Amino acid sequence: MEWASQLCENRGLGSKMTDSKYFTTTKKGEIFELKAELNSDKKEKKKEAVKKVIASMTVGKDVSALFPDVVNCMQTDNLELKKLVYLYLMNYAKSQPDMAIMAVNTFVKDCEDPNPLIRALAVRTMGCIRVDKITEYLCEPLRKCLKDEDPYVRKTAAVCVAKLHDINAQLVEDQGFLDTLKDLISDSNPMVVANAVAALSEIAESHPNSNLLDLNPQTINKLLTALNECTEWGQIFILDCLANYMPRDDRESQSICERVTPRLSHANSAVVLSAVKVLMKFMEMLPKDLDYYGTLLKKLAPPLVTLLSAEPELQYVALRNINLIVQKRPEILKHEMKVFFVKYNDPIYVKLEKLDIMIRLASQANIAQVLAELKEYATEVDVDFVRKAVRAIGRCAIKVEQSAERCVSTLLDLIQTKVNYVVQEAIVVIKDIFRKYPNKYESVIATLCENLDSLDEPEARAAMIWIVGEYAERIDNADELLESFLEGFHDESTQVQLQLLTAIVKLFLKKPTETQELVQQVLSLATQDSDNPDLRDRGYIYWRLLSTDPVAAKEVVLAEKPLISEETDLIEPTLLEELICHIGTLASVYHKPPSAFVEGSRGVQHKRIPARAGSGESAESSDVGQSGPSEAPPAVIPSQGDLLGDLLNLDLAPPTATVPSVQPSMQMGAMDLLGGGLDSLMGDDSDTPGGRTEVQSPQPSSDYRERELGGDIGGSPSMGAGLGAAPAAMPASLGAAPAVGGGLGDLFDLGGGVGMPTGSYVAPKTVWLLAMKGKGLEISGTFARRGGIIQMDLTLTNKAMSVMTDFAIQFNRNSFGLAPAGPLQVLTPLSPNQTIDVSLPLSTSGPVMKMEPLNNLQVAVKNNIDVFYFSCQYPLSLLFVEDGKMDRQVFLATWKDIPNENEAHFQIKDIHLNSDVASNKLQGSNIFTIAKRTVEGQDMLYQSVKLTNGIWVLAEMRIQTGNPNYTLSIRCRAPEVCQFVYLCYELVLKN
Amino acid sequence: MIGGLFIYNHKGEVLISRVYRDDIGRNAVDAFRVNVIHARQQVRSPVTNIARTSFFHVKRSNIWLAAVTKQNVNAAMVFEFLYKMCDVMAAYFGKISEENIKNNFVLIYELLDEILDFGYPQNSETGALKTFITQQGIKGQHQTKEEQSQITSQVTGQIGWRREGIKYRRNELFLDVLESVNLLMSPQGQVLSAHVSGRVVMKSYLSGMPECKFGMNDKIVIDKQGKGGTTDDPGKSELGGSGKQSIAIDDCTFHQCVRLSKFDSERSISFIPPDGEYELMRYRTTKDIILPFRVIPLVREVGRTKLEVKVVIKSNFKPSLLAQKIEVRIPTPLNTSGVQVICMKGKAKYKASENAIVWKIKRMAGMKESQISAEIELLPTNDKKKWARPPISMNFEVPFAPSGLKVRYLKVFESKLNYSDHDVIKWVRYIGRSGIYETRC
Repeated sequence: MEWASQLCENRGLGSKMTDSKYFTTTKKGEIFELKAELNSDKKEKKKEAVKKVIASMTVGKDVSALFPDVVNCMQTDNLELKKLVYLYLMNYAKSQPDMAIMAVNTFVKDCEDPNPLIRALAVRTMGCIRVDKITEYLCEPLRKCLKDEDPYVRKTAAVCVAKLHDINAQLVEDQGFLDTLKDLISDSNPMVVANAVAALSEIAESHPNSNLLDLNPQTINKLLTALNECTEWGQIFILDCLANYMPRDDRESQSICERVTPRLSHANSAVVLSAVKVLMKFMEMLPKDLDYYGTLLKKLAPPLVTLLSAEPELQYVALRNINLIVQKRPEILKHEMKVFFVKYNDPIYVKLEKLDIMIRLASQANIAQVLAELKEYATEVDVDFVRKAVRAIGRCAIKVEQSAERCVSTLLDLIQTKVNYVVQEAIVVIKDIFRKYPNKYESVIATLCENLDSLDEPEARAAMIWIVGEYAERIDNADELLESFLEGFHDESTQVQLQLLTAIVKLFLKKPTETQELVQQVLSLATQDSDNPDLRDRGYIYWRLLSTDPVAAKEVVLAEKPLISEETDLIEPTLLEELICHIGTLASVYHKPPSAFVEGSRGVQHKRIPARAGSGESAESSDVGQSGPSEAPPAVIPSQGDLLGDLLNLDLAPPTATVPSVQPSMQMGAMDLLGGGLDSLMGDDSDTPGGRTEVQSPQPSSDYRERELGGDIGGSPSMGAGLGAAPAAMPASLGAAPAVGGGLGDLFDLGGGVGMPTGSYVAPKTVWLLAMKGKGLEISGTFARRGGIIQMDLTLTNKAMSVMTDFAIQFNRNSFGLAPAGPLQVLTPLSPNQTIDVSLPLSTSGPVMKMEPLNNLQVAVKNNIDVFYFSCQYPLSLLFVEDGKMDRQVFLATWKDIPNENEAHFQIKDIHLNSDVASNKLQGSNIFTIAKRTVEGQDMLYQSVKLTNGIWVLAEMRIQTGNPNYTLSIRCRAPEVCQFVYLCYELVLKN
Repeated sequence: MIGGLFIYNHKGEVLISRVYRDDIGRNAVDAFRVNVIHARQQVRSPVTNIARTSFFHVKRSNIWLAAVTKQNVNAAMVFEFLYKMCDVMAAYFGKISEENIKNNFVLIYELLDEILDFGYPQNSETGALKTFITQQGIKGQHQTKEEQSQITSQVTGQIGWRREGIKYRRNELFLDVLESVNLLMSPQGQVLSAHVSGRVVMKSYLSGMPECKFGMNDKIVIDKQGKGGTTDDPGKSELGGSGKQSIAIDDCTFHQCVRLSKFDSERSISFIPPDGEYELMRYRTTKDIILPFRVIPLVREVGRTKLEVKVVIKSNFKPSLLAQKIEVRIPTPLNTSGVQVICMKGKAKYKASENAIVWKIKRMAGMKESQISAEIELLPTNDKKKWARPPISMNFEVPFAPSGLKVRYLKVFESKLNYSDHDVIKWVRYIGRSGIYETRC
């Protein structure tokens, strides 16, 4: 209140009295005084007093004690006073529910007032009073107001339904308000329509599966008509609602697009962005060869560019959205590079976003201009911006090969400036350029080495050390350089330590004679004096490699590195698609799905882009996934400091899927070692390129080496001896390792702390043929998949009085062509009361016929007595093959490729496993986890399954910590299998 | 939707706080103050997420307006609304300042109640609002039933921006074509990028509900008429394209009064204007821009402690026209110790605090040129960092539209009242200003 009193003093007594004087009462006993004034007979005095109360309320003072006195002022014909009292009521009613009832009568009366403004005011305010007892009284007036003759009252009542729903959803449903609200969509007044749409959209969000917003061509037509007539805000509500509609075919999609495009010329940027959202979403359905498709693409560019002349805050929102649009449809803005050039007086948040888009749009055609700009930016003041600009130059080099040379020379110029952070940033990106174009720009190494002393950031130091190690043979004093880092080894950050270790080992392998001492030194620093497990483990591995087989060591450490990909910081395609459906909203600003920042159920439903119609894509066989779609998105490589990655906590480690199918059980351990073990061993590397290459490379060649490495460690019985020099601090699990290959699994089981899959789950046998029906023969059985072989386990019991012989078995044609792979091996006759267990291997090469249900199998068993028929159902997991682990990229592409309608959702209830255990369990049944993401405590596992007939099934499993119910979404080109896959999940997870 | 709206002064004290949703508590008010207003660093984003609550803010002089939400709202809409809120407040009580806000806090609450319902923006056209939200606050009682329903039908109607029954003795309208021309030129005189962003601002004082039609030399329209006109009405087509070249408009946006579907299908701009001043359209052009000035820089480094700078400016428009408020800003290195300037026209001064030589010329006619030369003494430094040579920038104002845009007509039809298009007094004015007008040196 300090400011208020000062202000009043300044004004003096003579000045005109205005509302600010109400902010001045700070004296003791003010409440008492106010009370008196509120109960005054004079209208003016009353009004003054209420104003004072509101002023106190605004600055956060508790004036709830005045409740009855203020409410007493409600009965007035002075509209201004009435509004003030209402404002007070909205604030305090909740804390004084009993007293709030006092106000009800006036509200109800006001709802009948001849003045529509007062009717609306009453119904609007009543909805804001969140007191249960009041809501009861609200229903009748609201019902009347929804049908009021005046549109102003109706539009207010429409919003009031949403308010009431927020307080008491059940009440709204019971009272039938939702239907009335739906009727308002056909109202003659556009603003009533717009508010009804807004209210319904909000209510529908909290009922994800209800068909509340029953969008059909008729309602869509009504909305499109209202769109032309209502206020700018109404247009936004309607467009946002339209974006949720799924047109039936491309023709409908086109006609909606045609009616939405005029909105692109609206002065209100939000209208424009919402229109862009509708168009981006619906054009997905249009055939690409359609003329209109091209026209639409052309129409989208100018309005997007115009958004950049809006106020800076809106520019920011627009740029964040353009960033998404450029990733989804680069063709729209490919000629508009110039408009993203940074202006001197742009706010920093606009500058950074523009820079990001410039890199995305950089191409051979415009690279010269882009580079010239980036060079200018690198001399600016803002450190973050300069760093990003330098990094951008490196990214241009990687993206546009023709420009690489110029980029490198630009970077060298920048290094000459000797501005510390510029130099460091430049070195980090030059390292990436070396990765992309090996053996091309090594001439600059000398210049880089000059700056060694000025590097003080871990990332730059690590990059420099990587460069020295990688090109050790060309740098005469490489050993001196690396040795200089070694002095302060323990003060370095982990990434520098790891990098230094690797670099010195590389150096040793390249120049063994002079550097023996150095390598000894670093190995002992890493293993003996460090308590960082990653560093120690890597040290041990190198140590052992070097001491057992230097040739192998060379092959592993100096392995050829895969090239890094061109595009960086791309948003995962599924997320991108979802974000496109959220253009204009906060989700598109944060680049996060709404569930990541919205509490509760609201907005958690995922939105998806509709599939392109026609083209018969869905008819294509499942081998699309395997053959690698031609439009596979570029690899996503994480870049450090990338906000996005951090926010989403994306697990971007390279896929571990490249291990080819391995025989089960015994080698399972080795596989796990390679998949999980080494990854976690070297886990920290993901932010240093050197390390990443050597150990986590997704290339098959080096993978092979990795396996060899694994084999070497565990398999060599002389391990202990070979490591004679190894210090005693060796991890216990390694030391105690049994020297046989079979123990490998256990060993790494311990080390990695990952539960081992125990093979696929086998259900207990059930009785298939009752003795009654089998003339004394009882058959019970189950199915199992063991080591890639499908088996039918049968128990035959003779409950008859005579001996049974001559057993044979046959299957009817079935959905997956299951057939006995050999005869039923019952070699000895079955005497009465004897039981025998038989395993029948099955193949999937039999004749195929679709069964109902899909997994039904009709079996005939013959013996010397008769032929018996029975049918049984096998779990689909029987057909999950061992090489069902899909490549990550392929997975993303395939997921996108499968139409939305093929997605099925299931709930798996009552599972008390964490995601790792669950994923291990599933892996045992050949359900492979390809990637895991954790968003806000929710684990999302992406899994693939391949059936014997080549059908791929993709799944997303969400596991909320503390929630025993998993959500499973399954996509498959043959949607009928989804149900059965789900059953397998449940079976496996529950057992 | 918007959960709450707060207005703060520069110290972070709350002037206005209105909460619309139950999920926004009083602590949100403090969270924004602590994390944004009192934050040590510069604001890095206009959207801030604090504990799962999103804050949108804009600043007007030293007043902060913040909208708060916990939902996935339409972010563009929230900012548009905040700007609109500022416009509405300005229309009611002028400048947005702490004093004005305190003096009008009751009015602001009343406005907030009306234009934002449960966080959904409602009609926020001042023309309509002023009919029933008045500072006197007494209008409600003395209205007749007809007046009341007129208000509500206007607030909810299709023409929410204009009320009925407006009367002027003299029907008059003013059109201002305001352009800002932006240029980035290489030292060699090559245009790296150039564009014009323009606005057509209209002040209308017209009676009744006039139907207006606006025409300009839009290339698409002229070409279309040219084709159609040759057969139907050769005279008209001659008139339309009489010597004036047409211009290609990259993109334009319109005030909500313009019928967009009509523009989309026929490219005609028709509307019922709001009363008083408003922005009819914005547009952007990039082709055939008339660059009013050309800057020719010449920088020579004489040894390590001296720079010689010569800059010539040439005006490139009709000699009969006059450019005004010309200012050329020539950046100088940070280690400048002294500057000697000689200029033929205007006044030039070295401003050490701004690291620039500022050369001002009051007026300059077209097709003229002027020159400045300067000797810059430098202190020897050890700083290895080279001087980055920021571009030379220019400011000016010219009485024509650099895009070449011409208003061809603005027709007014009011069928119910007895005035015709000819009775309306119309004024058109063109002003071209420099946006970011830079030449690298």
